[in-house]
Amino acid sequence: MSKRHASIYWTGFTVITVLLVIAPLVLPEFWRRFLTEILIWGLLAMSSDLLIGYTGMVSFGHSAFFGLGMYGAAAAILTVRPPNIWLAILYGLGASAAVALFVAYFSTRLRDIYFAITTLIFSQIFYVIIFTWTEVTGGENGLTFSRPAFGIPGVWTVPFTSTTLHWFVLAFVTASYLILRRITQSPFGMVLQSIRENEARTRAIGYPVERYKIVAVMLSGLFAGLAGVLYAVQNRFAAPDFVYFLISGEAVIFNVMGGIGTLVGPIFGAAFFLLLREAFSRFLTEYYLIPVGVIFILMVIFLPQGLFGFAKRWLNR
Amino acid sequence: MEIPWDLILIQTVNGIVTGMILALVASGLTLIFGIMDVVNFAHGELFMLGAYMGVIVLTTTGSFWLALILASFIVALIGAALQVTTLRPLLGRDPLNTILATFGISLVLQNYALWQFGPVARKIQEPFTGQFTLFYLQYPWYRIVIAALSAAIIGGLYLFLKYGRYGIWIRATTQDRVMAQAMGIPVPWVHTAVFAIGAGMAAASGVLFGPLVGVSHIMGLDWVLKAFIVVVVGGMGNLGGSIAAAIFISLLEAYASIWVSPAQSVIVSSIVLILTLLFRPTGLFVPTPK
Repeated sequence: MSKRHASIYWTGFTVITVLLVIAPLVLPEFWRRFLTEILIWGLLAMSSDLLIGYTGMVSFGHSAFFGLGMYGAAAAILTVRPPNIWLAILYGLGASAAVALFVAYFSTRLRDIYFAITTLIFSQIFYVIIFTWTEVTGGENGLTFSRPAFGIPGVWTVPFTSTTLHWFVLAFVTASYLILRRITQSPFGMVLQSIRENEARTRAIGYPVERYKIVAVMLSGLFAGLAGVLYAVQNRFAAPDFVYFLISGEAVIFNVMGGIGTLVGPIFGAAFFLLLREAFSRFLTEYYLIPVGVIFILMVIFLPQGLFGFAKRWLNR
Repeated sequence: MEIPWDLILIQTVNGIVTGMILALVASGLTLIFGIMDVVNFAHGELFMLGAYMGVIVLTTTGSFWLALILASFIVALIGAALQVTTLRPLLGRDPLNTILATFGISLVLQNYALWQFGPVARKIQEPFTGQFTLFYLQYPWYRIVIAALSAAIIGGLYLFLKYGRYGIWIRATTQDRVMAQAMGIPVPWVHTAVFAIGAGMAAASGVLFGPLVGVSHIMGLDWVLKAFIVVVVGGMGNLGGSIAAAIFISLLEAYASIWVSPAQSVIVSSIVLILTLLFRPTGLFVPTPK
């Protein structure tokens, strides 16, 4: 990246971050919550972009990581007294990391569509386990809990308001974005991209491709788990619906709509999808997926680089 | 622990029956994959649409067999239309795009069905209600007929692929798309026809299976997931392997549901999938690649 490019990039980054910090102060309650939700889903989308966009593996199993993050957070909040927000994050990340290791170990043996199908089926295994293990997971009803306060329990705590929760989420999403960006630009990220471009050659050069893929899936799973924890904290529940593969499908939709392999694109994709859902469900209620699905199909056919990719090309013209 | 032999025998029959239907669904899926590298995520929704079409035709005409034929035909037409409008423009692009497109189709179809037919499950009346005695159970003949019909449809497909003029076109396209095109085979239309055949088979299994479970907008999901497992275990694009895997997995699930709840027996097939991936990633029922 040239010096001029870099300065434009960091200016844009600062402007957007500042806007996102100010936003909850001026937005009404509903849109404040909405914006927080966009950030959380954007984090999930970014995490799967690490696989889809950078390593060339389409995962249909991100709901498992996301959902386990939710249940991990729920476990910490329900069992540890007093509830501790940091412990919730730790438990959530631990749960999703364990699942990610399991999924990564088996599914990275396959590529392309086989990988997609296997991750999908793995996420369904976890869905079935969570759905049927009622004593522990609450089964179909899931688990509800009250939101833990921010701070260090016993020393200093302050309950979340919707504004401070937004900042809390924003801090995590921004940090995750910077870390993911660093990862994709690191030598490790370069190897991932070379796997995407030409796996056989990468292996021939001497890189242990499988090991790289496993690490990629695990990293991606960790960030998806973090998104799950944040979502659980925001909505104060964990439900099996969020382990169901439709959530993984939505993560893929965010990526395709926003533009794969751009990290920022998927966040825009999530925002676009949620706005479409909001707009259509005003008059179509739960059938909003009909027009949104059609728009998605049209974008797959006519706009494969996504909104962000399209905007980038249009700006460079 | 005592082994319940009678239960095992009953579950064997059950497993073979569901296995044959699963084979019918999976063979359409694997046919579509083998010929055009398309993983059809919308296959379960075509199954579901078939069942709904069956309900509609059955309530208007009253004939189950007419419903079976008409539903398959209508869904085959819908499949052809979907292929021409969404999959044909993606030809030559990364096969992953087709997963995305068919996933979009499945979302649209599923919610359309919910919108059009409502959330309450419909019932298809069985064409005949005869039963025979299997130990202490009255076992419906209809289930046996389903298995036989599924086998007949798959057998018909096999004969068509082996000896039919267009079947040979299809096999030629599978082997070498470019060469087939050069020999004058209209490859794009072969793709459309194959997708239509797959869709029709899914619809037929939907109608056949409708009387056993009731028809709802989410019935396709379970089946497409199972069919995916079958197709991976059997070896993608391998018709015989898919059939063998379908019966194998259905039998395992049937036996498993003697001891655990049916919802959990899905885990058994997933374990088979994991073991297959570990030891034979190309599929259990294909010759070892050299």
